[in-house]
Amino acid sequence: MKGYLKYFVNKMVWFLVTLVCAFLLNFFLPRLMPGDPVAVITQRVAQGMSSQAGIQKVYEEYSNLFGTNKPLSEQFILYMRNFAKGDLGISFSKYPRPVADVIASSIWWTVCLQFPAIIVGWLIGNTLGALAAYLKKGFDKVLMPISILVSNFPAFGMAVILLVIFGVGLKWFPTSGGYGFDLVPTFTWKFIWSVIVHYQLPFWSIVTIAIGGQAIGMRSMAIYELNTDYVKYSRFLGIHDRKIIGYVFRNAMLPQVTGLVLSIGTMVSGALVAEIIFSYPGLGSTILTAVMGQDYPLISATTLIITLMVLISTFIIEILYGFIDPRIKAAQAD
Amino acid sequence: MKHTIRQVFHSPKFVVGFCIFMAMVLLVILYPLFIIDDPLAIIGQGTFFEPGIYVNIYDSIGSSPYTLMLDDATQKRIDNKLGDEERLALKEWLVVYGIPENEINIQDTEKLLKQWVNNYDATLKITGMTNARQRYFVRLNDSLNGLLSKEGAIIAVIDPETDTLEKTDTVEQSDYVNISQVPNVRVFPLGTDNFGRDMLTELVSAIGTSLMIGLVAGIIATLIGLIFGLLGGYMGGLMDDIIMFITNLFTVIPSFVLLILISYSIGQAQRGAVTIAVVIGFTSWVWTARAVRAQVVSLRNRDHVNLSKLSGHSIVYIILADILPYIASYVVMALILQISAGILAEAGLSILGLGPKTTDVPTLGLMMNWAMIYSAHLMGKWWAYFPVIVAIALISFSMNLMNTGLDQVFNPALRD
Repeated sequence: MKGYLKYFVNKMVWFLVTLVCAFLLNFFLPRLMPGDPVAVITQRVAQGMSSQAGIQKVYEEYSNLFGTNKPLSEQFILYMRNFAKGDLGISFSKYPRPVADVIASSIWWTVCLQFPAIIVGWLIGNTLGALAAYLKKGFDKVLMPISILVSNFPAFGMAVILLVIFGVGLKWFPTSGGYGFDLVPTFTWKFIWSVIVHYQLPFWSIVTIAIGGQAIGMRSMAIYELNTDYVKYSRFLGIHDRKIIGYVFRNAMLPQVTGLVLSIGTMVSGALVAEIIFSYPGLGSTILTAVMGQDYPLISATTLIITLMVLISTFIIEILYGFIDPRIKAAQAD
Repeated sequence: MKHTIRQVFHSPKFVVGFCIFMAMVLLVILYPLFIIDDPLAIIGQGTFFEPGIYVNIYDSIGSSPYTLMLDDATQKRIDNKLGDEERLALKEWLVVYGIPENEINIQDTEKLLKQWVNNYDATLKITGMTNARQRYFVRLNDSLNGLLSKEGAIIAVIDPETDTLEKTDTVEQSDYVNISQVPNVRVFPLGTDNFGRDMLTELVSAIGTSLMIGLVAGIIATLIGLIFGLLGGYMGGLMDDIIMFITNLFTVIPSFVLLILISYSIGQAQRGAVTIAVVIGFTSWVWTARAVRAQVVSLRNRDHVNLSKLSGHSIVYIILADILPYIASYVVMALILQISAGILAEAGLSILGLGPKTTDVPTLGLMMNWAMIYSAHLMGKWWAYFPVIVAIALISFSMNLMNTGLDQVFNPALRD
């Protein structure tokens, strides 16, 4: 247990450090860009304004709003303090709604859509990959090219194709939104059913993309494991095939968990774009509205929230991983 | 070296991937030699013209007619205007109007049309029918006008003196025109997009731009990754710690988020295709750095490297001569993956509206973005988005096949 505690503390420190860096990046990146971001925003907002004094006034308003007229260090402290209070500023495009409110209404859609989809895709993909490595022959010959092809489809491409086939063509599922546009979110059966129906297409498009990549990874891991000495030795000893497969699967699984940790960011960004295709009311669509409405506070807050989501899920998987893999405890105990 | 290349080209996967990729590159190079149109020139007045051959009607009237007696010409003409869907629609209206259903036979064209002409009244408001549907019937009625006529169409010009129409020619129903004699014929193999541009020309140009973006992003990412990986792996110590810290940081912080932030901060006017490529390159080097570092760490203490150190060679020389050749295959494979990842990243950014500026060059992502904004996918305009998706998938498929092929050549354990 001591080894695990050490592992946990190590990961925790690393998580906090990354968190701070994510905040720093989110804060400094736009400010490091050549040119004055406030000037750019003013220029966009003041398009068509002819009075110089008016433009100057807008500029001052925004400087005050963002606090860019204060020194950078003071700005950063202010930014952190506001974030801790849950204050992310006021949205431009949805004025006067606060950004925190806009994000609160969309984040759960994203969380409930993406994480189940990624986990289901990961599980199915790994099972298929392991089967392909074990069964070989026909199954492998069919599965591999399909997996390679599918995993090469861009996430939005798969989303569009599913949408056209099942939404527009067969009319099995609705094509856009998170629930029927004629409904108000309530706890009625009609609303819940509508949410479930709208959930299917975005969910399966994310799952399909995840399956392909995971299956390929798992297949090569399992093939590698099947050729190792311990497998050959076990076979030589006459241990039952099913038991060996159990060992192989477990050993091949561990790098796949690490793979999940490393690729969760990429998957989330792919899924965000897929959300846009289905006009799903999650963070992806929020970014789109923010970009379209040139809503700077909203963009910056959304990117920060996405980073946080990815960081937290990575952290959780790593903590669970410590329970699964005994080598980690051993390595930390040394 | 020669041997390795020969071995690589013996891998069927690599060869297939390479062929697909080269075919696309050749298309991008050769197509503009034959068709020298501006890919962003707006030709069509209207959105999403279907793929096909567009023959100038004015010119066809002027060209010399050929009389062909074809038996099924009349039938085809009727079928074109009055398909199964239209027949059912006619029946639907007539039934609502009050004609008993058993009196309507939708296969009997003549009788059906007679019933329609006798009963249809555009001014009649039928309760429960949407406005759109009512207008559909008005249009249908107009298109059916004179369908069973055996007469030709008369061409007349306005006499400027008397202001009356003067018949100049008659186009018989059996008149044909030879397409090669019509001076103005335009082929749109993939139709036009929402702005009325030729999709194929645009697509080829977009593939070229996207490949360029991928290549620039891939090279930048690979170079940064290679330098970081080599420095960290070979030098070790504090340098390695710092590099590993940065690398680990950027593995968890999604690069897509950085891309969004940077692209937005640059601003629409400054975002050219190359700028986007550079930004993508600077945010996606992490994987290469990790892989290269891991390789270098295992190479660092090999005998030949130690021998080189003892011989007093400089660090640069050791890295170039004793380490690089061993990781060259990894670097090439990483470059291939980075190129396809770069193309995908550009497409994702463009869909968010943060891609290259729209006035310069088309890219695959921008084309996808335009198709989505004008809801081509909901209107069934497949030619506006499907070729784009296929192009992206083919590029990344070919890259991945090449990569898998190389992987199998260099890692014999993975061979089938």
